[in-house]
Amino acid sequence: MGQSTITVTDASFDTDVIKSDKPVLVDYWAEWCGPCRMVAPILEEIAAEHAEKLTIAKLNVDENPKAAAMAGVTSIPTLAVYQGGEVVKMIVGAKPKQSLLSDLADFI
Amino acid sequence: MSEIRDVIIIGSGPAGFTAAVYTARANLAPLMFEGSVTAGGALMNTTEVENYPGFAEGIMGPALMEQMRQQAVRFGAEIVSDDVVSVDLTGEVKQVTVGSGSTHRAKSVILAMGSGYRELGLENEKRLSGRGVSWCATCDGFFFRGQDIAVVGGGDSAIEEATFLTKFANTVTVVHRRDQLRASKIMADRAQANDKIRFAWNSEVADVLGDDKVSGLRLRDTATGSERDIDVTGLFVAIGHDPRSELVKGQVDLDDEGYVLVQGRSTLTNVPGVFACGDLVDHTYRQAITAAGSGCAAALDAERHLASLDDAALADKRPLADATA
Repeated sequence: MGQSTITVTDASFDTDVIKSDKPVLVDYWAEWCGPCRMVAPILEEIAAEHAEKLTIAKLNVDENPKAAAMAGVTSIPTLAVYQGGEVVKMIVGAKPKQSLLSDLADFI
Repeated sequence: MSEIRDVIIIGSGPAGFTAAVYTARANLAPLMFEGSVTAGGALMNTTEVENYPGFAEGIMGPALMEQMRQQAVRFGAEIVSDDVVSVDLTGEVKQVTVGSGSTHRAKSVILAMGSGYRELGLENEKRLSGRGVSWCATCDGFFFRGQDIAVVGGGDSAIEEATFLTKFANTVTVVHRRDQLRASKIMADRAQANDKIRFAWNSEVADVLGDDKVSGLRLRDTATGSERDIDVTGLFVAIGHDPRSELVKGQVDLDDEGYVLVQGRSTLTNVPGVFACGDLVDHTYRQAITAAGSGCAAALDAERHLASLDDAALADKRPLADATA
């Protein structure tokens, strides 16, 4: 499968997420988190299908603790939608594609 | 319309995969729906499994599930990463519809949906979920480095989580309703010897405190009813599991607590051709190995059911031969 998501880091967070024109869903994840691995392919699909409206960005919390702490993330996966630099939606935990799509209906 | 399969298996924990291995080896070409985000079941969120026979050095929960999955695939099980959203179990041919919209048919269905985390049922628990309240120590322990946190529960999973969390946390307070643990002796001893773990005995969580993140817990003494607050920044809920039987409610008989009822020591439900196994039926043991054992039983029961259908079909075709035999 081609890569439709982008990768963000503490360094690129401001440019890629906060200053983005498009809404950005940030997937806070880590290697050791089983549910994160389960939801990853679903996010790839959603990213591919809705590329024109929503950017999906993956943020590894282990390598980028600053962004995770700023967002107050204490559970992963956390999927946070940023619009105009603000968090406008927060989804905690892995969910099936259909329920994610309905959670994200306002942005896609 | 799709072809009519012999067996559909719903769920992919130890029960589901064992049923898949057995039915695949019986040439029944099982079709398994493993779930899009719950594949592998409860063991996917555990660390070391020390009591599954055959792994002398222990094995990580996710690694064990990957082994089971590969074993099922090796014998021809077809595994689909989708969620079953509805079933029609009446009649001889059962129908199973999945999240992506397709409907599948089979002569038998093995229910192995397992169980889901039980919640405390507090308003603030929900509100602060992902803000300090967690159900997955292996996922979220990392965020509580150097902090004081609590685990509520007294069984094996609570104690395993508490012990695991001491890798990160400063202290872990185990909040338990009774004055002794339900967990196995070896795990309880290990926890009691761990100087990062303390115990709040005879206590239940009355409330989770905090505005936009957890700042403490209000504990109620189960004997006296008196309340006290403790300062913690995280709460891991491990008070047990409830059967995930919502999908079949109203179609197969459940008991008062939602477990699927089976006949005697078998996996037969009240609906012919529908079998249930694993945590979905098990009030008592709820171990990976007992789930695997009942998954095997479900496969054998399904096999017997399919053979009886074949016999009946044969008898229908040759009534005269049978009558004169």
